[in-house]
Amino acid sequence: MRTALIILRKDLRVELRTLETVPAMVLLALVTFVIFHFGLDRDTIDGQLAAGVLTATLLFAAVLGINRLFVAEREQGGFDAFLLAPVDRTAMLLAKASALFLFLTALEVIAVPAFALFLLGPSLGPAILGLSLVLILANVGLAVIGTLVSAIAVHTRARDLIGPVISLPLLIPALIATARAAGPLLTLHTSGSPPGRWLAILGLYDLVFALLAYAVFDFLLED
Amino acid sequence: MPSTTYGKGLRSLSLATIATIATALVLTFFYAPLDADQGFVQKIFYLHVPLAVVSLCGFIFGAGLAIGYLRTGDRKWDMRSYVAIHMALIFGIGGLITGSIWAKASWGHWWVWNEPTLVSFLIVLLLFATYQPLRFSIEDPERQSRYASVFSVVAGAFVPLNFMAVRLAQQYVHPRVLTLGGGNLPGAMRLTFLVALLGIALLYVTLWKYEMTAKYTRMQVRRLRRTLLGEDTIRPSGRSAAPS
Repeated sequence: MRTALIILRKDLRVELRTLETVPAMVLLALVTFVIFHFGLDRDTIDGQLAAGVLTATLLFAAVLGINRLFVAEREQGGFDAFLLAPVDRTAMLLAKASALFLFLTALEVIAVPAFALFLLGPSLGPAILGLSLVLILANVGLAVIGTLVSAIAVHTRARDLIGPVISLPLLIPALIATARAAGPLLTLHTSGSPPGRWLAILGLYDLVFALLAYAVFDFLLED
Repeated sequence: MPSTTYGKGLRSLSLATIATIATALVLTFFYAPLDADQGFVQKIFYLHVPLAVVSLCGFIFGAGLAIGYLRTGDRKWDMRSYVAIHMALIFGIGGLITGSIWAKASWGHWWVWNEPTLVSFLIVLLLFATYQPLRFSIEDPERQSRYASVFSVVAGAFVPLNFMAVRLAQQYVHPRVLTLGGGNLPGAMRLTFLVALLGIALLYVTLWKYEMTAKYTRMQVRRLRRTLLGEDTIRPSGRSAAPS
């Protein structure tokens, strides 16, 4: 646990000093909104369409973060140092998943208001609490699966290709649940509470993959 | 040198496969009644559903074999898992194509989004299609086996979850004449379906054994050549999952 905190603090400090990942993710999200505006030829969108646009945009931005997650460790020998240290290897999973979770949250703090400003028809006000809950659950799923896939992809020859290609199909069920849970929140007369069935599916998906990642992660850090 | 030979029993297995598939074809065309609703085209069901079922079972089987690798560290398990998954992928593509033909004939479209089984199957196939690119972009053979095994385990667990999520996402389920378990199949159709399922399953096992035999033989030949001709004469095999 302490090891995980140390790695997490290191990752956050690196991000704060270089400002590499999160600003790129935010920019990509904003550009995607503009593309959706022209692609759909709509000034405002709502309901399930808005949820789909938001989910797809966040996914694309997340893929950027997933690709970068382990690159520094590999290029600058972080893996070797970590393996030399007598610490539990699960700490790396915990730290990297938390870092990705925080990056995604930071992205959403900027991208969701921007989405409301640029594209969303109905006001975000009554839905904000429900939407936050949905996005937090989605972030857990993205962070866990992203960390797992990133750890697999970073050792391959074509890691920038392999990462997204594996993570997208793995994320489809989580994205279905996110989009369906967010859809009713983005309508004009929303009740403000997301549909429980989809929250439950999202939560279950997060839980299963967290356990799975915990079980197999050690094998990705050998030698 | 381990004395496992995958060729053992291969001939009788092949004969059993041919006999079962021939029986299934005879039953399909001469015994099973014509579907009142869809007519002759419904007969593709006896090919499509077994292909899809066997393919999904093959993915799960591959995941089980990959667990075997992660537990033992013996690369034979990884080779078995590799062959299981890539056979299942071929069967799966067959299932998808036959399913598409059936959809066109009975619903008038090559692809229907409101059929959850079809959509889930496509997603599973898209995921497993990344298995080979992943595997062959890792150079170190040990690491290749380990990472491919981790992928297989994760992807194997993904199969049921994905089916659940996609099924729930449909607004309504297309009215189904036939359910997977053969729940409301009349007797003659059910018998034909079960024989066809057995035939395709046997075909899968036979092909799996054939490829394992080939890979194992190649491995032994390489080992012999290396012993006889020296270490440098054998170039490392390129795209091969066989331990050398």
